[in-house]
Amino acid sequence: MSQPIVPQKTYLLVFLCLIGLTVLTTGVAFIDLGPFNTVAALAIAFCKMLLVILFFMGVRYSSGLVRVIVVAAFFWFALLVAFTMSDYHTRSWTPAPDAWSTTAPPTHP
Amino acid sequence: MAHQFEDLDQQHEADTLGIWLFLVTEIMFFGGVFAAYAIYRWLYFAAFAGGSHILDIKLGAANTIVLLGSSLTMVLAVRSAQVGNRRALILFLVATMILGGVFLGVKAYEYNQKFVEHVVPSLDWAPEGEALKLLAPGGLDHAQLYFFFYFAMTGLHAIHMIIGMGLLLWLVLRARKDDFTPHYFAPVEVVGLYWHFVDIVWIFLFPLLYLIGGRY
Amino acid sequence: MSTATLEPRVHAPRNYLNADYGWKSWLFTLDHKRIALLYMVSVSFFFIVGGSFAVLMRIHLTEPQGALVQPETYNKLFTLHGVVMIFFFLIPSIPAVLGNFLVPLMVGARDLAFPKLNLLSWYIYIVGGLFTLYSAIAGGVDTGWTFYTPYSSTYSNTQVTAVAIGVFITGFSSILTGLNFIVTIHKMRAPGLTWFRMPLFLWAMYATSIIMVLGTPVLAITLFLLALEHLFHVGIFSPALGGDPLLFQHLFWFYSHPAVYIMILPAMGVVSEIIACFSRKRIFGYKIVAFSSVAIAVLGFLVWGHHMFVTGQSVYAGLIFSMLSFLVAIPSAIKVFNWTSTLYKGSISYEAPMLYALGFIGLFTMGGLTGLFLASLATDVHLNGTYFIVAHFHYIMVGGAVMGYLGGIHFWWPKISGRLYPNLWAGIAAVIIFIGFNLTFFPQFILGYLGMPRRYAFYPAEFQVLNVMSSAGATVLGVGYLIPLVYLIWSMRYGPIADANPWGATGLEWTTSSPPPTENFAEIPVVTEEAYAYGPVEGIGD
Repeated sequence: MSQPIVPQKTYLLVFLCLIGLTVLTTGVAFIDLGPFNTVAALAIAFCKMLLVILFFMGVRYSSGLVRVIVVAAFFWFALLVAFTMSDYHTRSWTPAPDAWSTTAPPTHP
Repeated sequence: MAHQFEDLDQQHEADTLGIWLFLVTEIMFFGGVFAAYAIYRWLYFAAFAGGSHILDIKLGAANTIVLLGSSLTMVLAVRSAQVGNRRALILFLVATMILGGVFLGVKAYEYNQKFVEHVVPSLDWAPEGEALKLLAPGGLDHAQLYFFFYFAMTGLHAIHMIIGMGLLLWLVLRARKDDFTPHYFAPVEVVGLYWHFVDIVWIFLFPLLYLIGGRY
Repeated sequence: MSTATLEPRVHAPRNYLNADYGWKSWLFTLDHKRIALLYMVSVSFFFIVGGSFAVLMRIHLTEPQGALVQPETYNKLFTLHGVVMIFFFLIPSIPAVLGNFLVPLMVGARDLAFPKLNLLSWYIYIVGGLFTLYSAIAGGVDTGWTFYTPYSSTYSNTQVTAVAIGVFITGFSSILTGLNFIVTIHKMRAPGLTWFRMPLFLWAMYATSIIMVLGTPVLAITLFLLALEHLFHVGIFSPALGGDPLLFQHLFWFYSHPAVYIMILPAMGVVSEIIACFSRKRIFGYKIVAFSSVAIAVLGFLVWGHHMFVTGQSVYAGLIFSMLSFLVAIPSAIKVFNWTSTLYKGSISYEAPMLYALGFIGLFTMGGLTGLFLASLATDVHLNGTYFIVAHFHYIMVGGAVMGYLGGIHFWWPKISGRLYPNLWAGIAAVIIFIGFNLTFFPQFILGYLGMPRRYAFYPAEFQVLNVMSSAGATVLGVGYLIPLVYLIWSMRYGPIADANPWGATGLEWTTSSPPPTENFAEIPVVTEEAYAYGPVEGIGD
């Protein structure tokens, strides 16, 4: 229909890139980068995902509507994570009392 | 062509849009458990790292490559349908199924290993020896949380793979009956998109479950 | 106009109702109009089930110490009332009944994009419903429809897993319906039907479908994780292993707040159609109303934390959610202003659909405004967990969504059934419903403000008068709901035959016969007019 016929070599090349990235991410795990281990792992996974989406899933040749839909889905997932995380991250900003207060509560008139 | 459509092009566009919308629901479905994972990983990093070190990283990496390979054979299957090569289509579909089966087999072995090491939440939780040494620093309770996520996430992923295998079998049977032509192979495309999505979930599961905190 | 005969016509022209006979032609149909009717019967059944639980609750609450049931039973009643009404009535009602029937007709297509998925969605709905009914009979659930952990996951010994499975299954019905609508509206509009010529009902269904597709899966995973925790006695929501009960609430409300927009947006779409038709005027500010539907769908995903102001969420997150909750009120208010502007200088007539639409505007506005007290952090501390909340959401869900559903049923009944109902009785019922509704729920605002907690099987004696008033109102409301049941069924056999467009309304669905033929249109129509082309009328600053 609208999707062009992609040469098999292209798919093979993408696959080899994916293998390479898998080897890379496994190898990086054996190096101590502190918090950047997580960043690196996620960045590499993100690249692998992009390769699969663009080439294997054909989004490279897809209509604008499909692209908007793909982006929107990830954006919504990001919303879920970000807003929920914001609760956990900011809970410590309000110090909780260590023990119940020993002063008497205000009495009502 | 179904009667509600004006032409095959409209039907194909509708089918494509439909499967992508379904994948959106899958992204949000897995997204929920990924979000929960993200919270607890942030809260209990040491426990998650300890749990992750119990997993067999080589097996996980190899399995990742197997699944990526199945994505390759899947897209080659779609391409074969696109050019009308029935024999190649069936071959690649079967290859995809074989690779998927290998993946599931390795996962079954890994699950069994968890029972051997007694790190299965609720059903067999009694870490000892090497496992206990890795898990104790982060706290055994929080480590149990990690393994809950391990089983829940890879389990959901495996269920999706099994469904995918069923869909692939259905495609093979239809292809053998000559159901697909270069002008009509939407089912192959649709299953392909589903299969690639399941692959993408694993692309993230591997580093998030197996590579936490490094192994230096 | 309609023929003034009370005899059923002997030789009706071929339409979707008489195209085929027998239970197989209904249970295996792929016709979106028949599937809509299957849904109509099913949601009506669940409305009666959910309503019965409400009746028992209101009888029980006539006495401060409880008049009818044990507290444990009362807990099960309000839980099942919520579960059944929300998941098996409100969420499917307008989309699965009116949406299924009208979307293909309004876009000028012969059916939805995926008729088989449509039928599948109904079967999924039925299976989920049966699971839930089973759980009700096998002992019920007492956690509240919100299933808060750790009570639901660890301590409750009721049928939590069964209900979770039932709702999980039903969620897919919602997802498939939404998916179908989005594809149909994108890809199957008739020639000439641009986005901004679509009736606002379609915009409402589109926005609703976006929420269904993006939100429902999160409910599914949440219930899945809850069921795992309930079954295996270990999980991520209870503090035993270091889990956080609030995480359940985050995941649950991420869907369940947008869900309330699934329930109200379609009703707003119905109201737009009715107001335009019975004012003989196009909707004022068409584009703004269309965009406001999408804005509600998007903004609705950003406010879920307002359900958790007092359960342990961080105050700073609460601040953000509070501000966004005020923001989401704006598009809804815009719609109300636009409807009233449409009414201004319109040629208004008060048929039954219009009575429901006008009632909607008033009651939805009240419900919406009371939401502002709840969006504000300080006042929510006082009002949360009280009957104020109960009144707030019933004003929107019942005063809004149910009135919208009934208004839509009455507006499109001639198209669906080919018959007219007696307008006098329809009007009487609408007024009785309006009065009964306010008598039931307005006292609850007062009760809540005075401090009566919700989900309690007993209350302080000084609240009895208001409670009895509320229960009396519920009786009136119940009578009001029964009346349409009677005359609508009566009309199917004895009502005057309706012609294609008894209201003289615009919209493609009115260009085909009443009832429509199975294939909807003899020829696919070509659209050349804007929506609501009711003829030259002066409006405000046109």
